[in-house]
Amino acid sequence: MSKFGSSSNKKEVPQASSNSLSDIVFMLLFFFMVTTQMRETEQKVKVTMPVASEVAKLERKDLSASINIGSPTLQYQAMYGTDARIQLNDSFKTVADIRDFIAAERDAMSEAERSLMTVNLRVDQDVRMGIVSDVKQELRRCSALKIMYAARKPAAD
Amino acid sequence: MARRKFEAIGSTADIAFLLLCYFLMTTTMGDQSGLQRRLPPIPDAQQAQDQKVNRRNIIIVRINSADKLFAGSEAMDISFLKEKIKEFLTNPTNNPNLPEKEAKEIGGKTYMVSKGVISLQNDRGTSYQAYIAVQNELVKAVNELRDEFARANFGKKFSKLSEDEQDIVKKAVPQNISEAEPKDTGKK
Repeated sequence: MSKFGSSSNKKEVPQASSNSLSDIVFMLLFFFMVTTQMRETEQKVKVTMPVASEVAKLERKDLSASINIGSPTLQYQAMYGTDARIQLNDSFKTVADIRDFIAAERDAMSEAERSLMTVNLRVDQDVRMGIVSDVKQELRRCSALKIMYAARKPAAD
Repeated sequence: MARRKFEAIGSTADIAFLLLCYFLMTTTMGDQSGLQRRLPPIPDAQQAQDQKVNRRNIIIVRINSADKLFAGSEAMDISFLKEKIKEFLTNPTNNPNLPEKEAKEIGGKTYMVSKGVISLQNDRGTSYQAYIAVQNELVKAVNELRDEFARANFGKKFSKLSEDEQDIVKKAVPQNISEAEPKDTGKK
């Protein structure tokens, strides 16, 4: 009675070959290896970037130093509270530590490329401008003048 | 024999899957984009003298601690800011209250370049989101002016121009946004 049942009884469905599976997975693997980069530091502050439609891509990712500003993530709130904090590399720092951080980042670059260094300010959208202004003033004092306000593109164009 | 062959292939797929998972966990998508700016250097006494700008050439955009926006001296909604800035930078009617224009020779041709400067001021209590929204509007205004300029002079969109032509447009429509020293106007 059932058409499908009878047909499957007559002809045996050939088993799908899994030969190409590894190729597909390898292709995926290469895709991810090429498009992603190693997560170099652990995020200790929550950063939800603000939306801006006119963003431009950073050309030289290797010549950038990131400063994260935001409220500490849940596991650090017991120790540091919920007020906005600055994260440099892997730890919470204050505005006074920025000078050393910039100097260290500069040292890591070749002499010719030092002037091209961009400081990537990754700031949470709910942060007040006070702390951002302090950071900017400190950057001016260290003459790290190229900055970028990290922002993401709006989802729909 | 055939069975053994299948097993071997199955394990390569497993290994590849494991590697895939490893990369998924330890890496991030590289999306480093944002609004690029140049901070002014710390002024010394001599520079401070040079920085005197004619009153008509400056527009003060201020965001107060309640994220209210003021452009010039009037309160304004953010949706009108772009038009205001464009009018300020182009000065189409040669209004004496709007910035003066200066004939400059760029790439063998002379263009009228506006001397207008946008001064962006914020309060310590301003939220970062509002600040970036305003920055974005300012950049958008300049980008649209550059597009219009590129269309008028080269017949193409700014992004379609060659690098040299883009430099000309950038010089003819400069992005003069000054981020002033922070002012502590909020009460604390």
